[in-house]
Amino acid sequence: MRRQISSLVMRRLLIALITLLIVSIAVFSATALLPGDTATILLGQSATPEAVEGLRKAMHLNDPAIIRFLKWIAGIFQGDFGTSYANNVPIANLIHGRLANTMKLAGLTAAIAVPFALTLGITAAMWRGTLYDRIVTVATIGIISVPEFMIATLAVLLFAVYLKWLPALSFTNETKSFYDLMRTYAMPVMTLTFGVSAQMIRMTRAAVVETLNTPYVEMALLKGASRPRMVLRHALPNALGPIVNAVALSLSYLLGGVIIVETIFNYPGIAKLMVDAVSTRDLPLIQTCAMIFCLGYLALITAADIVAVLSNPRLR
Amino acid sequence: MTTSTSSGRRGIRLGYRANLVGISALGVILLWVVVALFAPHMIPHSVGEIVDTDYFGPVSRDLWLGSDYLGRDIFSRILMGARYTLGISLAAVSIACFSGVALGMTAAVAGGWLDTMLSRFLDALNSIPSKLFGLVVVAAVGSSIPALIATLSVIYTPGAYRFARALAVNVNTMDFMVVARIRGEKLPYLIASEILPNILGPVLADLGLRFVFVVLLLSGLSFLGLGVQPPYADWGALVRENIGGLPFAAPAVLFPSLAIASLTISVNLLIDNLPRRIRDRSPE
Repeated sequence: MRRQISSLVMRRLLIALITLLIVSIAVFSATALLPGDTATILLGQSATPEAVEGLRKAMHLNDPAIIRFLKWIAGIFQGDFGTSYANNVPIANLIHGRLANTMKLAGLTAAIAVPFALTLGITAAMWRGTLYDRIVTVATIGIISVPEFMIATLAVLLFAVYLKWLPALSFTNETKSFYDLMRTYAMPVMTLTFGVSAQMIRMTRAAVVETLNTPYVEMALLKGASRPRMVLRHALPNALGPIVNAVALSLSYLLGGVIIVETIFNYPGIAKLMVDAVSTRDLPLIQTCAMIFCLGYLALITAADIVAVLSNPRLR
Repeated sequence: MTTSTSSGRRGIRLGYRANLVGISALGVILLWVVVALFAPHMIPHSVGEIVDTDYFGPVSRDLWLGSDYLGRDIFSRILMGARYTLGISLAAVSIACFSGVALGMTAAVAGGWLDTMLSRFLDALNSIPSKLFGLVVVAAVGSSIPALIATLSVIYTPGAYRFARALAVNVNTMDFMVVARIRGEKLPYLIASEILPNILGPVLADLGLRFVFVVLLLSGLSFLGLGVQPPYADWGALVRENIGGLPFAAPAVLFPSLAIASLTISVNLLIDNLPRRIRDRSPE
């Protein structure tokens, strides 16, 4: 049985690797699709054909696509992400601090969202069908159905414009005290937390409700266990796998959320860097950012799958 | 849902049992469809015309939802924006679901290496976060309206494929499929006449949910300035244009967002309240 589990996990990891390869091909070819010649775009309209040809040689643009792709992949493995077109700086330098900023934002959000969402999700399932459950369900549907920028703008309206508790759209680096730090992070983290929690609450609630419908929980009910005891002692341990799965999947929503939140709050993270790179068509930078995001996303969904395998008692 | 109509839920006999929430959600959706179709005849002011001397003007009798950052009428701009938001999303989701469902049914019926290859490839595409996918493709091919429709439909094809394939695999094991195969029916007949009618309900419900995702992604891209480009403006672009009015709590920022929310929440509620017979018509 142990062998079966490890082979399943290995298989999942292998699939993740193959997926990553396909994703990198997709990202590379999407950016290679760019109409027009990169060298011409960089040098502008008035460039002489000789200059364009020289730059093409220097950037190895004359090589076949497959060679460029392999060189690019090999570079990534060696920590060399290439050079940004827009300002001729090694991409590794650009990304370094930005990535840390984004991780800080995501980590803080996860630290708040996970306990919050699990509590709401489990209690909603515990008191299924009550007014409390209805409110939680309707609120989560509402939040899932609206775009992130709407949550962000509403938060700004409420806390910065009407209540004047927090600074509006500016993000300053002059955070001296812990209080300042709290104030600057409050709004981005709050916006992200709403989105992530809504997903997580729905999935957690569904997972717990499913276990509550099993015969052994009915047995616990019949023997006279109280509702909290029934849920916490009998149902929850068996719903743990699906719940952890739900947490990992919902956290992958963060990746989409940060793109909007970093832009709207002008947060110096990697998603903002990427959006700027798209507007300046800085291809190497877009490729690298896209790969970082896909890697994070794949890591999370692979973790979710592996947890689902490990938590299946029939395989233990 | 039980057969008896509970109090508070109005039962209407339309062959299916419908409830109040579902019907009002349908009403909102139909309203937006009508607006999108007839917007040019409904707008009180021309979308490009500067009608207010002030910018970010408040709600007034003449300008029902205030004015935007140039003093244009927001109400008219939202009505016209409905055409882009609904039109692009509907086109994209139709293409995505048509190709996804067709491929999914083919893969399920054909099986073998075709199934494996398609599933591997589309699953890999599915593991690129949608917003990121949008950013990369927009960077490559630009954001003209046909390019946006193509991008959005490529992004949502894998999901539709996965859903349809899972349903079709179940139908594929049925006795009537065996009979049809023994009769010597070809692939197109098997797909169109044996599989499709049996998965149509859930596939349509899935189309609705995917439509919401497309609307949200399109609005998100437009909000980032990478979606619909001026002089056209969908609802996401309207929010972006007027984001400068946020510190003054201008109605110009709020109402386009509300328009998006009213559409997406209605579609979600409609699907949630669809009669079980349509939504869960899974093969027994």
